[in-house]
Order: sequence, then C-alpha cells, then structure tokens
Amino acid sequence: MKVRVFVSLKNGVLDPQGRAIHHAIEGLGIDGVKDVRAGKMIELDVEDSVTDSQLEEMASKLLANMVIENYRIERLAA
Amino acid sequence: MTFRSAVITFPGSNCDRDMADALEKVSGAPVTRVWHGDADLPAGLDFIALPGGFSYGDYLRSGAMAARSPIMQAVIAAANRGVPVLGVCNGFQVLTEAGLLPGALLRNAGMNFVCREVRLTVENSQSLFTARYEAGQEIVIPVAHHDGNYFADDATLDQLEGEGRVAFCYAEEVNGSARQIAGVLSAAGNVLGMMPHPERMIEAEQGGTDGRALFESAVKALVSA
Repeated sequence: MKVRVFVSLKNGVLDPQGRAIHHAIEGLGIDGVKDVRAGKMIELDVEDSVTDSQLEEMASKLLANMVIENYRIERLAA
Repeated sequence: MTFRSAVITFPGSNCDRDMADALEKVSGAPVTRVWHGDADLPAGLDFIALPGGFSYGDYLRSGAMAARSPIMQAVIAAANRGVPVLGVCNGFQVLTEAGLLPGALLRNAGMNFVCREVRLTVENSQSLFTARYEAGQEIVIPVAHHDGNYFADDATLDQLEGEGRVAFCYAEEVNGSARQIAGVLSAAGNVLGMMPHPERMIEAEQGGTDGRALFESAVKALVSA
C-alpha cells in the first residue's frame, strides 16, 4: 500500500525557499499569487500490516521535525 | 590527569579532522575518533565533539539522519550523564535534531550559503565552554553554513535568555537567527551547540586565535576537576 506523508512548515516559521519561489513566479509574469510555502512529500510503500500509529511514529519522530513542521498522512487506495 | 576526548565522524562530516586537531593541540592529549555506526563510546570520556559537515548529505533535514544513528544513542546517554558535548555547525544541527538542545536550524534567511568570518559577542562567560572569555567580549570566528538560522518559539527564546543559556550571539546580521543567537547551552550546561567554527581559529596560521579559549575553557575545567 502506498502512503504519502506531507511535511510542511508551521505557520509563522520563515520559509525563505517559498519566498524565493514566489519571487520566481512573479518573474513568470503571473499575478495573483498571495503567498508560497514549500514543503515536501514522502511516499512510502508499506505492508498492510503497518498500523496508523506506526505511521504516526515515523512521521513525528523522523519525517517531520515537530519544532518547525507539521505533517499529514494520506493512505492511497491500492 | 589526561584529557580524554572523542570526535564523532558521520558519513559526510568534513570538519572532524580540524576538530580533532584543535582538541589535540589545546589539550596535548590524543583524541579518539569514533565512527557513526559504532554503538559504544570509549569508556571514561571527558568530552565529546560533533563536527561540522554534511552528515548523510543533509538528507531529509540537516542533522536529521545523524541524530538517529547508532552512536548518537550513546552520545545522548553520555550527555544525560553530564559528559560535556560540543556540536559545531552540522554538530549543532545534530544536537537539536537529537533533542539535546531546543529549537531548530532553518535555511538562512537570505537563502545563501554564508562562508566568512563573523563577529560574535560572548553572552555567557560562566559556562564550561566559555569560562576563559569575558562577558560581552567580541570575538571573530568563521561560519560556513546554509542552515544556520536559529529558530525557537518565543517562550523558549525567553527561557534561554533568562537562564543564561545563550552562549554566543552574532554581533552582525548573518543568517536571520532569532535574537541573533549563534550558540546555545543545555539546561544542565554540559551541551553547547554553535554554528561558528571555533576549531578554525586556534592558531595564528589560521588567521586568528579567538576560538582557542573555548577549548582551553573545557580542558582546564575538566583536567583540573
């Protein structure tokens, strides 16, 4: 089963990468983008036996740094 | 008494030799080099150093993989027993990822890798690592990092300042760090993490000696203890 873990910076944490992307979007000549925040998506291929709490543990102990980041786990239908 | 120290090398560390060299020159004692995959530290260590570099290629986040390596479990246990631990640059990132120091090191606010000498202010001259500096003394130490922008929530920053746990601040704008923080101490005072590289300023040939007092502080405190 495929699982996607989305990791994003918490609100209020400066995201210079997002800001640089925003600036580059403006360089494309496209208006109307109010803000850009960059994160990452980690895709796991796991056995069905892997539990939700094990996924939470992976996300909170390793994939995200809870001081600065949030995460969201999405199980994909096979 | 001989000063017994160890420098941990992770895959991608690149300041480990400089760190070992600084410790050897200041202490006059050999330094044990320990590999990340080792499960145990040498017995009876007085001092552990986590060097700069790009451990595990900075994959996931700077220091994230190293913080979960086998040897770090031993380093965390030693730190919790009171063994002094110094983390410089990537070593600082590893210490925050391992939970030995609060906060996190974000991408530099200006997005650029910053590699130059910077002026620091010694904020705490009472610690194990800083006793041979004067409070408020300005020193020059080089930085070389992409992720040195210190972040913690306001309550944590207030606590760090209130408890005298900010060891060094930048005396100029460098990377966007909260309250210009360049180095922080653990609650017990035996763990110091800092982005600037004191091991690169221990003899005149390196362009300055302002980093030497940090190692002298630790050696003096531990050998005379």
